[in-house]
Amino acid sequence: MILTRDLRKSFGQVQALAGLSFAMAEGELAALLGANGAGKSTLLHLLSGLSRPSFGSAEVAGFDVRRQPQEVRRRIGVVSHQTFLYEDLSAEENLHFYGRMYGVAGLQKRSDELLAMMELWPRRTDLVRTFSRGMQQRLALARAMLHQPTVLLLDEPFTGLDLHAIDLLTRFIEEASAGRVTVLMTLHDPDYALAHSRRLFVLHQGRLVIDQPSEQVRKGDILPFFREK
Amino acid sequence: MQTLTQFYTILHKDLLQELRSKEIITAMLVFSLTVVVIFNFVFDPGSAEMRTTAPGILWVAFIFAGNLGLSRAFAREQENSMMQGLLLCPVDRSLLFTAKVIGNILFIGLVEIITLPVMIIFFDLAIGRAWPLLLAILFLGTAGFATVGTIFSAISANTRSREVMLPIMLFPVTVPIILAAIKSTSYLLAGRETADIWPWLRLLIGFDVLYFFVCFLLYEYVVEE
Repeated sequence: MILTRDLRKSFGQVQALAGLSFAMAEGELAALLGANGAGKSTLLHLLSGLSRPSFGSAEVAGFDVRRQPQEVRRRIGVVSHQTFLYEDLSAEENLHFYGRMYGVAGLQKRSDELLAMMELWPRRTDLVRTFSRGMQQRLALARAMLHQPTVLLLDEPFTGLDLHAIDLLTRFIEEASAGRVTVLMTLHDPDYALAHSRRLFVLHQGRLVIDQPSEQVRKGDILPFFREK
Repeated sequence: MQTLTQFYTILHKDLLQELRSKEIITAMLVFSLTVVVIFNFVFDPGSAEMRTTAPGILWVAFIFAGNLGLSRAFAREQENSMMQGLLLCPVDRSLLFTAKVIGNILFIGLVEIITLPVMIIFFDLAIGRAWPLLLAILFLGTAGFATVGTIFSAISANTRSREVMLPIMLFPVTVPIILAAIKSTSYLLAGRETADIWPWLRLLIGFDVLYFFVCFLLYEYVVEE
């Protein structure tokens, strides 16, 4: 589902990613950890086609991110700490907007389902600007799942959420993974990553220093890499 | 078909957002009407000077109001990284650009439609049967300005002082469009023959087409990180 080969990204003299090679299978749930500036967000941006690799290649859902970015975008759902939601539109209008952009069939039914699942049904006609941070992030996840992506890329999805919202999002991510959706999420919290992911990546100065099943990793193995370079 | 739906969806979203917030139109309208009212008091009512300078004042009002609107329109798209959300959709960048340009033309056009009658009354302008040509000049001038403005607002949105950067980048590049628009408007309001106006109109159309294709091709690289 995700395959990278010697993936590199530089911004001028700064090398953000220094040759990443890894593969993720269908339905895999992996956490990507690292200090600020380690290259986590850069990796997600490359995988989602928001920026181009400087060298190497990446495939998502069987499509090359450089040559077939449209096909990649059709198959991925992205959630970041920014919600990508329009505050002057209602929850339902936001989902309908994105649904039309993705050409989702049976949009009304699909959006109703997701609004109910995210416990936002009673507030569906309210403007997003009136939502709490947790509600906005739940709606962002509904937006990302609207077109039934096969790969979910989550960039710090729990930033600023309360416990209930974290719990709801965790359940949803685990269900998505059980439903054969490949999930790669960047996190700052090693405890959460160890408890909820099945595979753990740690990035340090643009290099993958840990790539192991989560149960084989101890918190002490990760912490030295949490210092900014 | 999907492309048309995406185009309509982006345009509809932009219009709906503006209908609810009214922040772009209000700012532009207040600015353009203020310019017209202030300049109205500079000249003696009904004087020849007033009519001579009217086309320049009209375009100053539209261009600066347009700059204000363009700056705000893209800044709004940056809030909550909504532009990134749009770029993550399976939508062609050139389609996104075209929809944004059309949206900006509509916003500036609406301000022009409201400001123009006020200008005609205040400056005692006689349009007569030249209305269709005046509207064509307004459209061509606005289209060229909005085309270049859309791409430069995307560039300046990523800079630290975007409100300053946008006019610095935009005005020099749009000089041919602004000049051609002012010249054709002044010839038209002076009652000159269409043959006199035509060279300026040709210049306006030429730059519109040139700028549209250049910006259309470059937009993908501008919005990419």
